[in-house]
Amino acid sequence: MTAPFHRYTSRRGFQRRTESTIVWFFRFATYVILLCGVFIIGNICLKGLPAVTGAFRSLEQFPYVTNTFIFEAPESLYVFKHEGVKREMGDAEYRAFRETETARATAEGRPVPEFKASSYVYAAGGIWPCIVGTLLLVVGAMTIALLLGVASAIFLSEYARDGAFVRFIRLAILNLAGVPSIVFGLFGFAMFVLYFNWNVSLMAGWFTLAFMVLPVVITASEEALKAVPKGFREGSLALGATKWQTIRKNVLPYALPGILTSSILGIARVAGETAPIMFTAAYVVRDKLPWEVAKFSDFFFQGVMALPYHIYVVSSKIPQNAYTQRVQYGTAFVFLGLVALIAGSSILLRNKLRGRYQW
Amino acid sequence: MENTSPASASSSRPLATPPRVARQDDTAALPTLIDVKGLDFYYGAKQALFDINIAIPDRRVTAFIGPSGCGKSTLLRCLNRMNDLIDGTAVKRGEIKIRDIDIYGPSVDPIELRKRVGMVFQKSNPFPKSIYENIIYGLRIQGVKSKTKLDEVVEKSLRGAALWDEVKDRLHESGLSLSGGQQQRLCIARTIAVAPEVILMDEPCSALDPIATAKVEELIHELKKQFTIIIVTHSMQQAARCSDRTAFFYMGKLIEFDETHNIFMNPKNPQTEAYVSGRFG
Repeated sequence: MTAPFHRYTSRRGFQRRTESTIVWFFRFATYVILLCGVFIIGNICLKGLPAVTGAFRSLEQFPYVTNTFIFEAPESLYVFKHEGVKREMGDAEYRAFRETETARATAEGRPVPEFKASSYVYAAGGIWPCIVGTLLLVVGAMTIALLLGVASAIFLSEYARDGAFVRFIRLAILNLAGVPSIVFGLFGFAMFVLYFNWNVSLMAGWFTLAFMVLPVVITASEEALKAVPKGFREGSLALGATKWQTIRKNVLPYALPGILTSSILGIARVAGETAPIMFTAAYVVRDKLPWEVAKFSDFFFQGVMALPYHIYVVSSKIPQNAYTQRVQYGTAFVFLGLVALIAGSSILLRNKLRGRYQW
Repeated sequence: MENTSPASASSSRPLATPPRVARQDDTAALPTLIDVKGLDFYYGAKQALFDINIAIPDRRVTAFIGPSGCGKSTLLRCLNRMNDLIDGTAVKRGEIKIRDIDIYGPSVDPIELRKRVGMVFQKSNPFPKSIYENIIYGLRIQGVKSKTKLDEVVEKSLRGAALWDEVKDRLHESGLSLSGGQQQRLCIARTIAVAPEVILMDEPCSALDPIATAKVEELIHELKKQFTIIIVTHSMQQAARCSDRTAFFYMGKLIEFDETHNIFMNPKNPQTEAYVSGRFG
């Protein structure tokens, strides 16, 4: 039985079909994105988690438990057979083992055992120097980017008179945002590493990364400043405050949550980009931790290991074998966690500030 | 313009709604506080004020009335140099003297001027801080730190703005938690906390309901004992109710300035009469 036909029934079935097809397409597109996200993150977690969870070791003294993957430097892995048992050891452990075994054999009057080990670079130990390096790069670069970015945003939105020059500056900032990160890397290399003679160093990396995120910080800070009602400025000025007093006491505090929102995006970029640091700040390997420097000024002019660059190195610059995957995924997993942690804490800070000022 | 060149017939017509005007007898020879002479003011290339001459008396309420865009707010904002904040504005001719000091003179710091000439805005703009912090904002800026002094000023200003009894138990709540009328009185309290000589009010009641408006007007009556008040208003009734003198502006020119009673009951200029009787504007 067909439905009764009257002036409000749809005469053309294809119209209804088009409608639902389109909706389904939109829905499909959204789910594809969701699926990709779940797959990427799930894959990294699934493969990377064992590297972390399998690396807990108990210690004799405080803090009694450690995680060799997170808190140790990368080492070569030695795989060998000893007395019929296949063993896998990191560099230091292997050398100690060889010594004690040799000593034991000599004491017992046995012939010294032969050690035929195959070694795999970076497959043992952890990524502590990379975590430290990435944290240092993020903190330094964001400090520079926020200082410069907020200052120039204040100048552009509060002080500068709208004219051809300011329009030109805005255009330049927008263009800067479109520059590929590898170009920033080359610029940093030419400018800081070679011309300023800073070598491959934290300073060079900080400034390169800071310039890379400056457009984002400036644009978003300007938006945040513009969102503060004009009445707050007028009210403050009418009470006899100077322009800078007005901005400091009655504009900037209210714009801060918005500025932080932009810097959260900046943090993810600074932590994540490999190209800008590969010529300017990142070392493939460095056996000293950043604070192990002779004098304080050396701190700023040393290269560091960094998580994204380490992933790049262990996945493309060393021979691939059965032991490399652990490091690759483990590093990626820790990296994701670290970025989530930094971004999460900035979000918390922002929400706290947001709650304080509302209008 | 047609409607501004009033026909002679209009003078014989009675006022449409005769406003209530309290007769003021003491406004005859008042000491002048603000003396504006031959003021021409420009927004970029556009002239907004034409040859304004007005002498505003000390410790009285002066009302500026006129249709939108007539220049009354512009003149008000000239008096504490708030117009400096807008690009391209300039006083091209004339001078404004407050106690015989030309406020556009080279030795005048607009920051100091604004401490002496406070302003209350059309849209109440309490800062998103506590009521207490709102009141002491001006003092904080000046570097006053003494807690007793600040507490004292807060109470005095809130009492002065007839707000103390309503908010004394919640001084540390946000200023934005107050009602619209209270917010506007908070802004007035904030202004009187820095002890100005002059309070400029730019349509302070245009966003308030009649009851809140009545409270602000009552307050204006109280405040004129201590302060010189200039109020820009769209409401002729308001000008009639609370001002001693009224200036009528039209197209950037001061058409008539006289005792409020005369402006409303016996205007000399036919344009003024046309406006106050509600025939245009």
